[in-house]
Amino acid sequence: MSHWKKVCLLTEIPPLGARVIQHPQGDIAVFRNADDEVFALEDRCPHKGGPLSQGIVYGKTVACPLHGWQIGLECGTAAAPDEGCARRYAVRLDGNAVLLNTEAAA
Amino acid sequence: MQKLKLVMIGNGMAGVRTLEELLALTPSRYDITVFGEEPHPNYNRILLSPVLAGEQTVQDIILNPLEWYAEQGITLHLGKKVVKIDRKKRVVYAADGTEAEYDRLLMATGSKPFILPVPGKDLPGVISYRDIHDTEQMLAAARQYRHAVVIGGGLLGLEAANGLMLQGMSVTVVHLGEWLLERQLDKVAGQLLQQSLEQRGLRFALQAQTAALLAGESGRVSAVQLKDGTELAADLVVMAVGIRPNTELAESCGLYCNRGIVVNDTLQTFDPRIYAVGECVNHRGIAYGLVAPLYEQARVCANHLAGWGYGRYVGSVLSTKLKVTGIDLFSAGDFMGGDGHEEITLSDPVGGVYKKLVLKGDKLVGACLYGDTADGAWYFRLLKDEQPIGEIRDHLMWGENNLGDTGHAGENKAAAMADEAEVCGCNGVRKITIVKAIREKGLTTLDEVKKHTKASGSCGSCAGLCEQILMNVLGSSFDATPKTKTVCGCTDRNHQEVRDAIREHHLVSIPQTMQFLEWRTPNGCATCRPALNYYLIATWPGEARDDPQSRFINERAHANIQKDGTYSVVPRMWGGVTNASELRRIADVTDKYRIPLVKVTGGQRIDLLGVKKEDLVNVWRDLDMPSGHAYGKSLRTVKTCVGSEFCRFGTQDSTQMGIDLEHDLFGMWSPHKVKLAVSGCPRNCAESGIKDVGVIGVDSGWELYVGGNGGIKTEVAQFFAKVASHAEVLEYSGAFLQLYREEAFYLERTVHYLHRVGLEHAKQRVVADADNRKALYARLKYALSFEQDPWAERIQGEQKHEFEALPA
Repeated sequence: MSHWKKVCLLTEIPPLGARVIQHPQGDIAVFRNADDEVFALEDRCPHKGGPLSQGIVYGKTVACPLHGWQIGLECGTAAAPDEGCARRYAVRLDGNAVLLNTEAAA
Repeated sequence: MQKLKLVMIGNGMAGVRTLEELLALTPSRYDITVFGEEPHPNYNRILLSPVLAGEQTVQDIILNPLEWYAEQGITLHLGKKVVKIDRKKRVVYAADGTEAEYDRLLMATGSKPFILPVPGKDLPGVISYRDIHDTEQMLAAARQYRHAVVIGGGLLGLEAANGLMLQGMSVTVVHLGEWLLERQLDKVAGQLLQQSLEQRGLRFALQAQTAALLAGESGRVSAVQLKDGTELAADLVVMAVGIRPNTELAESCGLYCNRGIVVNDTLQTFDPRIYAVGECVNHRGIAYGLVAPLYEQARVCANHLAGWGYGRYVGSVLSTKLKVTGIDLFSAGDFMGGDGHEEITLSDPVGGVYKKLVLKGDKLVGACLYGDTADGAWYFRLLKDEQPIGEIRDHLMWGENNLGDTGHAGENKAAAMADEAEVCGCNGVRKITIVKAIREKGLTTLDEVKKHTKASGSCGSCAGLCEQILMNVLGSSFDATPKTKTVCGCTDRNHQEVRDAIREHHLVSIPQTMQFLEWRTPNGCATCRPALNYYLIATWPGEARDDPQSRFINERAHANIQKDGTYSVVPRMWGGVTNASELRRIADVTDKYRIPLVKVTGGQRIDLLGVKKEDLVNVWRDLDMPSGHAYGKSLRTVKTCVGSEFCRFGTQDSTQMGIDLEHDLFGMWSPHKVKLAVSGCPRNCAESGIKDVGVIGVDSGWELYVGGNGGIKTEVAQFFAKVASHAEVLEYSGAFLQLYREEAFYLERTVHYLHRVGLEHAKQRVVADADNRKALYARLKYALSFEQDPWAERIQGEQKHEFEALPA
């Protein structure tokens, strides 16, 4: 059985924005950048647990809304000199559908 | 792809910093080879003085150990002097025959000490003060000999003299000038310095010219003979009369030099394959000798070597500090003054304090401080920013912390602080942590300190202290050039240029603005996008569309995010007035949504804390009250006192005035938050004196005050105008705030805006010029005509996606 699940449509995520997916293991933030690429990270900043889904998205980075840590959307790691990493999830597009796989690591 | 070959000649601070910057940008573009004449890896030349003084060891001042070169894959040739460059074949040759080919060559050959052309200059025991070898010779001489003469009473000479004295030698400083450090100090300060150094045991021969160095029986130098015939005993002579760019090699290969290797703003020489940085360089006619500008050059040079191609070095302004423990002096700018200049001086010769500030018009142009340099960094900033200081002139001398910041126990002198003392109260950063980071990571600017330690990264009230610590650690190499002048790293433009472009070229969207101003990033960053969004909607109301994705979460969700990711909700209570029905709804909402905390705010309203994001829209609907904008760079509250309706002292109906002001300004976005207050009499119960606009009722009308602030630094509002009528209060307040909206930079509070442009500027445009006032007020009203209650809009379904989570 495939672990890929449709969570929303691309058009339901604002460009340079994010949506929160409520998952039993904890919230997951699904981001969309200006080039319509999608990324998924655990919705917790490695610094103080801030909800990354609420941050400002630019390039392939999100700035945490609590203290401005810059987290890479592809790798989940904080930009230097900060240190830390948010968990990544596998996510892809199938046409307009956003598919998330919480079983596989990204 | 085959790597390019980069060869660097010289292994000093500027050159190696360039490599570090380059490797950070592009780790694998080049195979790098470095030639260093000295047998040491890169060390911190600035700290030779503490080594000489016995406060640090050579090991302490190594910046890049040999392992670093190995880790970076750099081929390092130590103790090899490059003697020839063949620019046609693109090969460099060292004296021992080692050769290396290059695609790009980086010259970082530094400077050479100037040696006085006097008889005896080559005798044993005559040295300069430039590198580890010189320092070791001085230390060795101090163990064996007694008398030392230092020729040159400049920064380097005095540091050498102080060090030798601490090593037990009897030291005389021979100096040509009338007083010490004549390029850094005026006569009074120079004499104070001399007295203090004399008390420590140094001797001085001023206005003295060296005629010859005499040899003793052993062949070693034994005395310095002056022009007037005086002979000074000397077993060691240190020449510290200046440095000159080391251009020997560059000249020998035909590279254009003129008191330094001449480079353009990209640090490129006249041979496009050859770059040069550091003390060997002549940039726009100046050869810099302090580390901060050299690091700036390194950054720009690396940018071009990496092929990024946008960095530009445009020169630096310098300040001075002497690194002799226990002596504080600082100077910057034109501290001598003279015709057309005014001076403010404070002189306490017994207490050992002397301060001179030089003004021209209403600008500070120079400062010379001795004994108390705590405010040096602040004066330097005022000087470089060319801020008008007319209004702070009467307390300029007392320094920046005259009014006291909060968050670090009133400490305002970094030098006096204990290592363990907390500098940054927001992030818990101790002084020692900052000092260590500066030393170990080679930081030279406040921005870098902020990045690496977080100090001054939150509220910023300790920025002045951090600058002082930088200044103390780095001494003369401190560079206060504000690096944050540009909006952010995405652009070279500053806020003024961006505002001007948006207005003059009628730019109405963020992508359009970024394209027009050649932004380097595709969609900016979390710093520039909110600023651009504000500038656009403030300049072109009704035309530029608000971009929620470029707003900080609080302004996007119209509620304040809390540390646990919940939100707080503050409904508007006009003028701080509520009623039974509103209170009942608040109570019901609290129960229904299990809101954990209800609190009265400082702005006379009620805050519901701990609301889940998904509940926000329902909470707003049930409250049935408009947004209090407690989360925005916008109009916050209009605080009022009871006023003449109930209070036995009240002279005016301040409550109604406050309610009307709040309605009049509802929905106003601004560069930063805006708070108002209206008091009904001069007892000022609404605290109008610390608000952006404070109104105080008097028997004959209303007094308006502007630029107050009750935050990090308490700032008392300044008198702006006296008006007679209710309608005038609205018009004057609105016009002032519109001027602020049109001219201030994003995140600049009214007080800082007024510091920048001057209160007089605002008075002339709002108070003196009635037509302009009416026009400003009309523009404000026009802009506000597009604003609705954001909560009501969202209850109607706008931005729905913002408030709904998706199931997995």
